Amino acid sequence: MADTPIWLVALPLAGALAALLLPRLATAAAIVTGLLTTVAAGVLLFGVATQGALHYEIGGWTAGLGIMLRADGLSTLLLLMTALVVLAASIYASTYFRKTYERARFWPLWLLLWTSLNALLLSGDLFNIYVTLELLGLSAVALASLGGKRAAVEAALRYLLVGLLGSMLFLAGVGLIYAGYGTLDLTVLARVLEPGPVAWPALALMSSGLLLKTALFPLHFWLPPAHASAPAPVSAVLSALVVKAAFYLVLRLWLDVFANVITPASANLLGLLGAGAVLWGSWQALRAERLKLLAAYSTVAQLGYLFLFFPLLLALPAGPDRDLAAGGLAMLALTHGFAKAGLFLAIGIIQQRCGHDTIRELDGTAQHLPATTFAIALAGVALVGLPPSGAFLGKWQLLAGAVDTGQWWWLVVTVAGSLLAAAYIFRVLGHAFGHRPYPNQPVTVAREEWPALLLSAMAALVLGLAGAPVWGLLEIST
Amino acid sequence: MNWDAWLPVLVVASSLLPGLVIFFLREGNHRMRTLLNLTGAVLKLVLVSSMIWGVFHEHVYESRWTLAPGLELVLHADTLSVLFVTLSTVLWLVTTIYAIGYLENAPHRSRFFGFFSLCVSATVGLALAGNLFTFVIFYELLTLATYPLVAHRGTSEAVRGARIYLAYTLGGGMLLLIGTVWLYVLAGPTAFVEGGILGTLPADYHPQLKMIFLLLIVGLGVKAALVPLHGWLPQAMVAPAPVSALLHAVAVVKAGAFGIVRVVYDVYGVNFADQLGLLTGLGIAAAITIVYGSVMALFQDNLKKRLAYSTVSQVSYIALGTAILGPIGTIGGVVHLVHQGIMKITLFFTAGNYAETLGIHKVSEMNGVGRRMPATTLAFSIAALGMIGVPPVAGFVSKWYLGLGAMEAGMAVWVMPVLIASSVLNAAYFLPVLYRAWFREPGTAWPAEHIPAARFETNAALLWPPVVTAMLALATGLFAAAPYSPLEWATLIAHREYGL
Repeated sequence: MADTPIWLVALPLAGALAALLLPRLATAAAIVTGLLTTVAAGVLLFGVATQGALHYEIGGWTAGLGIMLRADGLSTLLLLMTALVVLAASIYASTYFRKTYERARFWPLWLLLWTSLNALLLSGDLFNIYVTLELLGLSAVALASLGGKRAAVEAALRYLLVGLLGSMLFLAGVGLIYAGYGTLDLTVLARVLEPGPVAWPALALMSSGLLLKTALFPLHFWLPPAHASAPAPVSAVLSALVVKAAFYLVLRLWLDVFANVITPASANLLGLLGAGAVLWGSWQALRAERLKLLAAYSTVAQLGYLFLFFPLLLALPAGPDRDLAAGGLAMLALTHGFAKAGLFLAIGIIQQRCGHDTIRELDGTAQHLPATTFAIALAGVALVGLPPSGAFLGKWQLLAGAVDTGQWWWLVVTVAGSLLAAAYIFRVLGHAFGHRPYPNQPVTVAREEWPALLLSAMAALVLGLAGAPVWGLLEIST
Repeated sequence: MNWDAWLPVLVVASSLLPGLVIFFLREGNHRMRTLLNLTGAVLKLVLVSSMIWGVFHEHVYESRWTLAPGLELVLHADTLSVLFVTLSTVLWLVTTIYAIGYLENAPHRSRFFGFFSLCVSATVGLALAGNLFTFVIFYELLTLATYPLVAHRGTSEAVRGARIYLAYTLGGGMLLLIGTVWLYVLAGPTAFVEGGILGTLPADYHPQLKMIFLLLIVGLGVKAALVPLHGWLPQAMVAPAPVSALLHAVAVVKAGAFGIVRVVYDVYGVNFADQLGLLTGLGIAAAITIVYGSVMALFQDNLKKRLAYSTVSQVSYIALGTAILGPIGTIGGVVHLVHQGIMKITLFFTAGNYAETLGIHKVSEMNGVGRRMPATTLAFSIAALGMIGVPPVAGFVSKWYLGLGAMEAGMAVWVMPVLIASSVLNAAYFLPVLYRAWFREPGTAWPAEHIPAARFETNAALLWPPVVTAMLALATGLFAAAPYSPLEWATLIAHREYGL
């Protein structure tokens, strides 16, 4: 039990090596790796739920020299979500990439991405976080460029430059911290950090790097083209997981490590940018002409909601109300991960079956791809935040926090964003119900449609109806 | 969990599970689909009967499920919920039979009946909701389940109507959600308790409580089609007839009205709401809606549109009854929840029959239709007379209690003129239709005769449902004083509410 964290890194890494060395068996290796890693994530969640946060020293070397892995409620939940999303996307990808050379290029990168995601979530000190962040960014760029078209390569190049800039900013902040405090361990830093000329610029540098990577408005410009031109399974993972990894780090830094340093004004600034993201992202999604672009802008908007929680969490006194809000934040992030991955996989199916993803020409999809349409509808319910999705419970806490702290403007933003989301989702579904003779009569392939359907159902039904344990796992109140 | 906890869950599941299975049935599997639908409907009726008996004998049926700390999904059967559940269950059974006949050989029937069952499940869940949080969940689910039904035909008109419906109801749902969250922050979990729970809050909360009331009522008023929030209702007429029937009689419109009743009686408490001065505003909104809907109905030549505006008007009787302080007004409002449902579903069934059998969509095409379709027209006439308030049909009973309640509460000055004006207007838009149907000579040919006259005037599955519901409308009026009649049950509700 205690050494489960290392398996979560070692298994996908071994899978990546296997896929690289045995290209013919790459798909099989990836699926087996996926199953094993998911089991490991489940075991870890069970362990954290029963025994509390886990620590693991690689090779028995203590912190300072060795590498320390840690898993608490939040990171374990994200690890499990990552595992389920990647597994489902892997199953879909096994039908998406049909040619051997495509597979040979795809699987090693894909598993490397997973390795770096898991390592990032398990890292306990700032330098390891920097390394994993860099690995994550590079593998994500390589995957995004797999589309091969000119637009994809251009977008991937911009993605690469933005990612490097973000990492550099982050590293500069890390350097400042090391110069000032002589340690990079998160737990130690949380105790010793004090407001002052070292902590403030360090936080500003690290945060701006991370905000760039998590595409917070107005730093989101690189995201829509990159996510919209990548292959569908890659878009799913980029939108659902990769930007969220950067968000996870912002959350960790602001609420744990730099908790003493944060001022209400800075939290309000994050909230304000979040509000801009919600409104601008939703509006652009409503105006998008292609489904993938709609989904990408929707990611910008959905990340905005997560940032709305910062001013609320800072205003609420430590106690049950704050814990409820923090749980709502986690719930919203988890729901978005599943829903957005499901949505991108469903869009991939439509794109392959119909040869395009232009929204205006989708009439009649519901008749020909009922399971996929249903997946889009379920994902849509979660993105709008309607019951019984997990996002409904998350947004409930967001609204309750806004009312509780008297910050009504966040409530207005949330409601406006939700209505805009309903508008862009039902704009798609309205076309799906329309009658129009359809050129090709597609066949339903279970392996293709089930992953999208299950991911969307996870977001819209399972998290909403059986998600109460999420709050129990967080135990943030300190 | 024992039986008492399982019963409310089973009542919801008896339509939910068949609905989910139906989605996966092949389109041609007509027999299996019908079997599932009818089994679910009959099973629900049996379960609800046992629930009626239990609630009458003050038995507690309740199930709880925690969704998040402090947020519980509660299904709880009390007198008011049982009234609405029974109405939904009976009318669902009848409508299912009607829909099977109506959609014979139409495309996408698995999709239709799947969403149809989800819609009823949401309505029943909403009726059994034990707190405001649960109510909001089912209220939104109802919106989601009805959208595909309104858009079902897939024409650009249908998709447009569905879009307008969605814009209104999601907007209203948001306001309801804000009000509910605000109330939870202020007062904690808001369980529905007879007599209300907010009366004990300190006086400096009162301004906030007034704001919350406004949010809740406007949010609910969208579905209840209170003027000026009624705009979606005439647009949603593009739906197939069984959907319109269900929408107007049980599901959507009634969900809004039921919510208003819940908020006034079981969240605020009618005395406390009156003390805050909230009832007068509600009463005036209801009165305006009643008169406005009736006036608009006068000018509609399209039969379904005329019925739609009539719904706008008639449903507000429920809100009006809620606004009248005192047990008799309460009885009038609550009993109209049932009576309007039975009468309006009859009207929509018969309108569907005219359209399906003879291609008649407009009032001006109805000359002499009573000779060609006597049973349908008889059912239409009974329901129309009931709407006007002619004794002994059910509508008379509602209006009688509303008038009496207004006198008792000292509100007769403005309630009586509204009731009289509305009855005159009802007569003005229904009697000419009856005159045309029975006494005018038919034209040379019907607009489009789809179903020729054989043993019956139309298909049996289309004919019997309106006949049965018309008989029900007559019976609920004639035997209003019988035990377990809607009136007796409404009296029981009023007694428990006022603690008599």
